[in-house]
Amino acid sequence: MKMVAKQLSIFLENRQGRLMEVTRVLAEENINFSALCIAENNEFGILRGIVSDPQKACDVLKKKNFAASLTDVLGISCPNKPGMLSLILKKLADSGIFIEYMYSFALNHATITVIRPNDLKKCIEVLQRNEVELIDPESMYNL
Amino acid sequence: MIWNESIECMDGGALRKIQTIRLRKMVEYVYHNTPFYRKKMQELGLSPQDIETLEDIHKLPFTTKTDLRDNYPFGLFAVPMSQITRIHGSSGTTGKPTVVGYTRKDINLWTECLSRCFTAYGATKDDIFQIAYGYGLFTGGLGAHYGAENIGASVIPLSSGNTEKQIHLMHDFGTTVLCCTPSYALFMADAIKDMGIDRDSLKLRAGAFGAEPWTENMRREIEEKLAIKAYDIYGLSEISGPGVGFECECQNGTHLNEDHFYPEIIDPVTLEPLGEGQKGELVFTHLTKEGMPLLRYRTKDLTSLHYGKCSCGRTLVKMDRILGRSDDMLIIRGINVFPTQIESVILDLQEFEPHYLLTVDRINNTDRMELKVEVKPEFYSDEINKMLALKKRIGDKLQNVLGLGVDIKLAEPRSIERSTGKAKRVIDNRKFN
Repeated sequence: MKMVAKQLSIFLENRQGRLMEVTRVLAEENINFSALCIAENNEFGILRGIVSDPQKACDVLKKKNFAASLTDVLGISCPNKPGMLSLILKKLADSGIFIEYMYSFALNHATITVIRPNDLKKCIEVLQRNEVELIDPESMYNL
Repeated sequence: MIWNESIECMDGGALRKIQTIRLRKMVEYVYHNTPFYRKKMQELGLSPQDIETLEDIHKLPFTTKTDLRDNYPFGLFAVPMSQITRIHGSSGTTGKPTVVGYTRKDINLWTECLSRCFTAYGATKDDIFQIAYGYGLFTGGLGAHYGAENIGASVIPLSSGNTEKQIHLMHDFGTTVLCCTPSYALFMADAIKDMGIDRDSLKLRAGAFGAEPWTENMRREIEEKLAIKAYDIYGLSEISGPGVGFECECQNGTHLNEDHFYPEIIDPVTLEPLGEGQKGELVFTHLTKEGMPLLRYRTKDLTSLHYGKCSCGRTLVKMDRILGRSDDMLIIRGINVFPTQIESVILDLQEFEPHYLLTVDRINNTDRMELKVEVKPEFYSDEINKMLALKKRIGDKLQNVLGLGVDIKLAEPRSIERSTGKAKRVIDNRKFN
């Protein structure tokens, strides 16, 4: 499963300055974010991001007592046009794949989407069968 | 008003005589009927004949909650089960309740104590009692119920909770005396206002408030908000339940029913007896109990005793407000909570680190507990649902063990302070003195 990328995930208490500390630690290690999003509820947040060196990022954060871990995700690219994402999601839904979470951003004429499906292997199969462009992890880390 | 003047106002010397006779009888009784005490006394080289005066009580061994737990459930009963008519219990340090058994006579004497107490509040057969203490293993509900019936009052056995219904019935039935925890009384006072019920349409005039420590400020607040007299009622299930002590109209100390429960104050560290007015741990010896009499039971409540005649006419010893505990037990909404119970729940769940911080606050007159707990690194998930499920898992388990809801705060790794000495695991922000 060489198309599987490692996403950096961090559980964060809702405390002032906590997010800043994460970015500072990574900046000191010269690690770059190419994508970042935060899911939150009223008590805690979960940071998810694509970084230039996931393993190193995870290790340094853990050393500083952050609840950091790596999660398998897929990166896909599609034209930045109305209806494209809908088309892809329909294929996945029709194949019974459930999406735990996802986040997207536009890069020039393409839309990059990071998805965390409940069944990675099956998701890759469906995407490849439908000729959806999967981004190889190294390119993801260095977008 | 005084229920049993001949005892409650008895000359101090005569009372000591009665206590002495009863103590000697009690020591003889437990020596022959409670193997636990016979063994303890034998170990100390004591025989019942060694206890002749009240001062000799200092020779007797102490009893603690741990002894009750070690003899769970009925090991300290001094009579066969055929003579036990009632069993009550309170939460223990590890989740198993502390069990107490009553004979018919024990229930009658307990009822006598509560009759003295309600009469001291000025209650009579013309009153309507609303019992909002929990009915069940907890002694509050049934104890107050029997006492109120015994003085001839009408009793509404509502038990705790369901505030709106409490207030509707209080209004419609014309409740005159309310029995509940002081914090619940304040909670009700606010609810009455919120429900738009005119305070003057209520017939409430007095309240018997206990099962948790409270302050003079709370008394003033209750009396002001409900336009009633608020009296303290003291008790613990190990000794009998509510009614071990009660306030009189002077409201400046809690009279103890010392003809049934002999009180001492000891230094909780050296265990040496302390004199009148000195602050220490309250200890009781049963003088009349049949079912499960205890010698020198350490209540862990800190207070002091004052002898002499009260302006109400009573000579029964007076106890100050409870100033705190000599152990780490918390009383949350009237329910006993030991940090060890929380610890054992956390240790049972493999997803959590054995570090926690419990914060207790009183918000809108209701006690609230917040537990901060760390998840083990391998159990942090980047899916919110999974983290919320973890939270629910520990919350449900605590609810089960404590009988109380706890707000769970999931914390980051090593964010809870590790200490080398005795860890500060509990922060109680409530003010009791």
